Amino acid sequence: MKKLRVSIVDDDNGRSIILNAALQNAGYEVVAILGSDDNLLKHIECEQPDMIIVDLEMPGRDSLESMRIVNRYNPKPIVMFTNNADHDMISEAINAGVSAYVVDGFNEARIKPIMDVAIARFKEMQALRSELEKTKNTLEDRKLIDKAKLIVMEQRRCNEDEAYKVLRSLAMDKNKRIAEVAEQLISITSILKK
Amino acid sequence: MSLDRSAEIKRLEKTKLNIGFIPLTDCVTLAVAKEKGFFSENGLEVTLCKEMSWANIRDKLAYGVLDCAQMLATMPITSTLGNAGWKQHTVTSLVLGLNGNAITVSDKLYRELKSINRDFDKNRPTTASVLKELIELRKSRGDELLSFAHVFPTSTHNYFLRYWMASAGIDPDRDVRLIVIPPQQMVMNLEAGNIDGFCAGEPWNQYAVSRGKAHVLITSYEIWNNAPDKVLGVNREWLDANPHTHNALIKSLLQAASWLDEKDNRKEAANIISREEYVGISEDIILPPLMGQYKYHNEADSESIANFNTFFKYAAAFPWYTHAEWYIEQMKRWHDLPETVDSMQVINAVFLIDQYREAATEMEIDYPLVNSKQEGVHKEIWEIESKQGRMELAEDEFFDGKLFESGED
Repeated sequence: MKKLRVSIVDDDNGRSIILNAALQNAGYEVVAILGSDDNLLKHIECEQPDMIIVDLEMPGRDSLESMRIVNRYNPKPIVMFTNNADHDMISEAINAGVSAYVVDGFNEARIKPIMDVAIARFKEMQALRSELEKTKNTLEDRKLIDKAKLIVMEQRRCNEDEAYKVLRSLAMDKNKRIAEVAEQLISITSILKK
Repeated sequence: MSLDRSAEIKRLEKTKLNIGFIPLTDCVTLAVAKEKGFFSENGLEVTLCKEMSWANIRDKLAYGVLDCAQMLATMPITSTLGNAGWKQHTVTSLVLGLNGNAITVSDKLYRELKSINRDFDKNRPTTASVLKELIELRKSRGDELLSFAHVFPTSTHNYFLRYWMASAGIDPDRDVRLIVIPPQQMVMNLEAGNIDGFCAGEPWNQYAVSRGKAHVLITSYEIWNNAPDKVLGVNREWLDANPHTHNALIKSLLQAASWLDEKDNRKEAANIISREEYVGISEDIILPPLMGQYKYHNEADSESIANFNTFFKYAAAFPWYTHAEWYIEQMKRWHDLPETVDSMQVINAVFLIDQYREAATEMEIDYPLVNSKQEGVHKEIWEIESKQGRMELAEDEFFDGKLFESGED
């Protein structure tokens, strides 16, 4: 089986050396160890690692965020770690965007299970996404679209057909499915009504 | 402003606070509030937490690791709507600074622009029309796209860059490559040729210029005079649980902002934030823009941009609805937000002017009576009706001469 290629983004040399050794022992190929002065975007573009491990406190996080948005169709699992004591609270937030969140103090024995979990969760998320892509016009979708149509009709004081056209053109602009746009609209409206 | 604050301090719900900031010149209001004792005067014991990314600021604020944070003016909006990651109702009642950004290009790109029209930047504000010509020329030659970096997916910088480019007919989604790089890495990437230009806050433009290999084309001040760039962001839930603490925070920061209005104090302020725990860049780079002196390139004389960093006067800290509205319009324009979102509904939920007015009233600081104003109308200082009668507001022009009017009356 082809080895999974991993990039490490961390300024803590001692830690990245341990991580590097542990990953190699666990059967991964470490493509590079990058610090905050390295060009993260260029590296990812050129090397196309299968997975990225990044310290939460690295400045490159904003670049990774933008990549996540741009590369919606070519996402990579990202594992984050930190030696910050605030992990309980952050972990939930992190879960929204990345595959796994690791608290510092890991030893070699923990690396493999962490990576396995991260990859499994990433695949799960991907599977969920692609399942969503496939199930066009399911009942769920139709419910969302109907609900969003009502919102548009109310906001624009227009009829149902016009509301549907608004949603459709939004979806086309954003290169998304109508149901996705509908879902976003509903969630935005609901938070504002709180 | 020496008030007896013991009664006020007694009612504070929380006194020990963690406040997040990014190492940029406009963290200065927070740094001054701490170092000059304005937080402690108001009964607050503040730890300023230097964060390395806006994503970290957003996540840590959302989950209460930080009590409040310096945020890009667009961030409370995007955090509330959840259109740039995690969703958490976030609000602001205070602007931490106006202006403070610029668009800087590499020497190489600058020379290419000059070769098309050597006078292209003779009259400020510089438009993007020569860049447009260059882009067309490069297309015809089959050259690769020019890369421009900004600092966060939905950053104010992103929208300034797009607004400036689009006004010359450049499609920022197709004609250039826009990427995100942390501000402290801009100069390195520019010099290494990884990017051709960037839009970021100070001190990074002036730092790039000081090294002799970069040119500022236009400042954000010129693109839109006196636009808000950083705000104090808090969770709605946190505000509801800690209203008096929030009030004390606003007061401390208004005191700091007012202290910063004295040009004499800005030297001390530049010295404070030059320290490693804040920005960690030489005072010589940080100070001139704070004093209204700006360098477009290393060999040129400084030019005067009096309001380049404005913190207090002209109601600079007031969270105008119109300012939020302009950013929301940009989000819609570039498909970061659906057209159908009701802008005023969002603004009412996110920009909380009442809290500002309450603190200002208690400090006898004047404020405007209206929540919105026209943008792009005033070339110079003008007056508006205020709590205490009339007050001065600053110029508000766009570089392209456009008007922006609020959808609200």
